[in-house]
Amino acid sequence: MSEATSVVTRAAARSAWARRLQGWQGALVPVAAVVVALMIGAVVLVGLGADPVKAYSSMLEGAFGSVSGFTQTLVTATPLLLVGLGVTIAFRGGVINIGGEGQLIVGALAASAAALYLPLPGVLLLLAALIAGVLGGALWGAVPGALKAQLGVNEILSTIMMNQIAIQLANYLLRGPMIDPKEVEAGTRIAQSALLPADSWLVRLVPRTLLHGGSILALVMAVAVFFLLWRTTVGYRIRAVGLNPDAARYAGIPVKRYQMLALILGGAFAGLAGAVEVLGVQHRMLEGLSGGYGFSGIVAALFGKLHPLGLIPASVLFGGLLVGGDKMQRSVQVPDALIVALLGLVVLFVVGSDYIMRKRAAKAQSHE
Amino acid sequence: MSELFTLPVLLGILYSGIRLATPYLYAAIGETFAQRSGVYNLGVEGIMLMGAYTAFYVASISGDLWLGLGAAAGVGAMLGLLMAFVSVTLRAEQGISGIGLHLFGLGLSTLLFKTTLGGVTSISGFQPVRIPFLADIPLLGDALFNHNLLVYVAFLLVPVANWVINDTTLGLKIRAVGQNPAAADSLGVSVGKIRYLTVTVGGVFAGIAGASLSIALINLFQENMTNGQGFIAVALVYFGGWRPWGVLGGAMLFSLVNALQLWIQVAGIELESDIAVMLPYLLTIVALAVAVRRAQQPAALSKPFERGEA
Repeated sequence: MSEATSVVTRAAARSAWARRLQGWQGALVPVAAVVVALMIGAVVLVGLGADPVKAYSSMLEGAFGSVSGFTQTLVTATPLLLVGLGVTIAFRGGVINIGGEGQLIVGALAASAAALYLPLPGVLLLLAALIAGVLGGALWGAVPGALKAQLGVNEILSTIMMNQIAIQLANYLLRGPMIDPKEVEAGTRIAQSALLPADSWLVRLVPRTLLHGGSILALVMAVAVFFLLWRTTVGYRIRAVGLNPDAARYAGIPVKRYQMLALILGGAFAGLAGAVEVLGVQHRMLEGLSGGYGFSGIVAALFGKLHPLGLIPASVLFGGLLVGGDKMQRSVQVPDALIVALLGLVVLFVVGSDYIMRKRAAKAQSHE
Repeated sequence: MSELFTLPVLLGILYSGIRLATPYLYAAIGETFAQRSGVYNLGVEGIMLMGAYTAFYVASISGDLWLGLGAAAGVGAMLGLLMAFVSVTLRAEQGISGIGLHLFGLGLSTLLFKTTLGGVTSISGFQPVRIPFLADIPLLGDALFNHNLLVYVAFLLVPVANWVINDTTLGLKIRAVGQNPAAADSLGVSVGKIRYLTVTVGGVFAGIAGASLSIALINLFQENMTNGQGFIAVALVYFGGWRPWGVLGGAMLFSLVNALQLWIQVAGIELESDIAVMLPYLLTIVALAVAVRRAQQPAALSKPFERGEA
């Protein structure tokens, strides 16, 4: 065997080994991150004078222990999955989209407006509302996208600013032009839109629960994003730009245009999450609709290793954590803000351990 | 319009603009140190929240504002160290780890507030200190020289930071590490040590920024009371071209617009208050688009350093 071929085969063997190592150990890292975060949470609970065993068992019971709890977990997992898909596409394209929150809100506003004001019959109204949500979110992602592509504006900062603007836009519309006429009549003036026409509602899957057709739509979307990223040219180019923009440029890929596309697609999925939340759960637009899904979606996406299919279990886990946190709050009187703090720790652990895993993989290679 | 913008009104806007700029100055000057050394700390918002809570809690139970301020600085230092560990030692993707730190600070400050203090209570914070003679200057005296101590210190920080960064050996090392870590390393400057130092100092200032809200300006604590100010502070560093004087300009511009916006609401002018509240954020985006001269960005910003790599 010539020197050259032996080098090539050895390199191939190494990378296969590294990939296998990353495969099973890589999946363990996020799980370990959650376990360690929960352990730190237990210490905090003890510090607050609460019984951690009771707290966590009520959390588990609340999220997964009954039909109503588990369906609620799936309902909460749905926007997380959709936002997470948007985050995944953006991160894969090398752009950091922190704007899920604003994109979700604008998507929800657009979907509500379409459902309220478009004179369409039957299922067409639902379709129009869903599309409006997608477009609203895409628009909110396109602004930072264009600013990055044209003027080199840092997308992390611009997406955060777009979040704040979206919150104020919703406040304005829901207190002014879009407010429920009944609220004005009654003089209560709660900031919410009128009830959407029943034609625009997503079908309920299990009677007497909130589980709706949007969950199935989200699953279909996860598979669709997998195909988009790994089976189409557009997806290949998005990933190429994310992996190495210089190499992508040499290969003739218009890097800026694909970064912008990644932000637009990211916004579109967050917008869909907002649409699904109003059409499936609330049946109207209201203040505080999101409840932080834009940020929790980032956590779920990281936990799912930025893979659309990995996101499915990840979003169910974090949906369960959020629903269970609510139950925990009631059973041991510890505010569910604890869950937000734990989500933050999970993010820190996952991104922090990335380097250690790479080091270990490199070491394993050199020992071969 | 001329009847609306009388001299007292303009001076009032200047006065509240100076107050509003204070937390931004602490947080953004601290972040300037971190970014000049090449670390992008997006967790400022979370550190500010923890600083605000800690200062408020410690000052409430001890009755000592200085103890509260010191505690906030200490908590800021610890969270800064955490960020440094994740960014420098573990070489994590900095935009994302910052979001993690933000969520951690948001959750923990809310949790602690609800369990230790509960409802909204207020505190008697740092009182205005009239500076003799200067405050007697006609017209401008009261607007400029009748603030509490934390406001003065925030503005003094600008020339001090400028001197440290541009005229000291430490500043030279910070700039070298942010511009070309490999070269700095080869000259015996410890990239890791410098970055740990700047991110920790940035954490201290972010903690004080939070304290300035809870025990000097607003004098209470509320869940998520910073409401995005930490993120805006990071944007101001970009806007200011990574220079302390530029940061001051950005912070003042931003705060004056904010003060104007608040006054518009109070004056009941026909402009939806929700629209007015958007103005500062819109301004930030426009400012980022117009003002950022990319050439000034530290070359190694947000790039972890690995010896022996490129």
